[in-house]
Amino acid sequence: MDWMAWTWPTAAFFGTIATLLVIFTILAIKFPETPRVGVLGIETTRGDRLFITLLGSAFINLAWLGLVGANQALALAVCLIFAAIVFRWV
Amino acid sequence: MQQKTTNHKAWFLVLPVLVLVAFSAVIPLMTVVNYSVQDTFGNNQFFWAGLEWFQEMLSDERMWNALQRQLMFSGIILAIEIPLGIFVALNMPKSGFWSSFCLVVMSLPLLIPWNVVGTIWQIFGRVDIGLLGYTLDALGIDYNYTQDTISAWITIIVMDVWHWTSLVALLAFAGLKSIPDAYYQAARIDQANRWKVFRFIELPKMMGVLMIAILLRFMDSFMIYTEPFVVTGGGPGNATTLLSIDLVKMALGQFDLGPAAAFSLMYFLVILLISWVFYTVMVNLDKKGM
Repeated sequence: MDWMAWTWPTAAFFGTIATLLVIFTILAIKFPETPRVGVLGIETTRGDRLFITLLGSAFINLAWLGLVGANQALALAVCLIFAAIVFRWV
Repeated sequence: MQQKTTNHKAWFLVLPVLVLVAFSAVIPLMTVVNYSVQDTFGNNQFFWAGLEWFQEMLSDERMWNALQRQLMFSGIILAIEIPLGIFVALNMPKSGFWSSFCLVVMSLPLLIPWNVVGTIWQIFGRVDIGLLGYTLDALGIDYNYTQDTISAWITIIVMDVWHWTSLVALLAFAGLKSIPDAYYQAARIDQANRWKVFRFIELPKMMGVLMIAILLRFMDSFMIYTEPFVVTGGGPGNATTLLSIDLVKMALGQFDLGPAAAFSLMYFLVILLISWVFYTVMVNLDKKGM
């Protein structure tokens, strides 16, 4: 595994995503849901909303890094607010 | 006894695909993420760099210029290939021997490997021995794709149009063939002219396949590497250095693994976003029965 050049932060990053995927899979099996139409005008399930959140968060982090360039942890706070908005209204 | 309507054991059938995707995509992607936050001087020794490479890439004019060129390339080829493909499909024989003949002939460019296409056009455009370059030169047109930016751009765009318009045409043709005759009969009763038949029957009915065509062509052109690399090598200067050419130069030419990894992750995110948008639009069109 040396060639993969693992670090603790990146392992934690992938661990978090893997955990989220497992949680959402269990939720989908235990509590099946019907897709709903939100502000984007498209049908979304919990999984779709997770995808939108993760993808949006990546862009939020990049935008923060490019425009602000400091206190990256604050970008994560913005991502959490973004996640709440996506799960409530999208 | 009540029978279960679902059987989750079927998920095990997906296992081979998961293993394949893990080795071909997930593990390399994880490695790229790991590289993007570290610096290396070779010999498998890595040093933590944090978000430095991302910051460097975001403020690097070289990447933004390559992105601009890439968007321009994809925009131009889509603006040519989609209308041209529809035009070809509309004018193809709908049945009989000539229909099959056209389909076979149009499929031929799609079967040629990318590097061969590049080599064909590289020779074709040469002023000393290439038919195109020699003819243009003989006509007094100043054409030299190795030294002139406009010539280089025209060459790679015409090459892509030559290679891929048939894909759009074949997809559009499949869309046209699926329109029941009753629609055309109704249009005739209403005395609709040719333009109205196209605008209100053919185009809406082709929308689904056209979205697939746009998605395929956009993604493919956005990731294009081999053909322009073989023809122009990214030149003259950096005039045709598209994103993937720039990325390869950075990763393999300069061996800057950290910046190249950060670059490729941003490249990947843009592709992921655009794919998701197209996919969502396609699924919605499907639900509307288009």
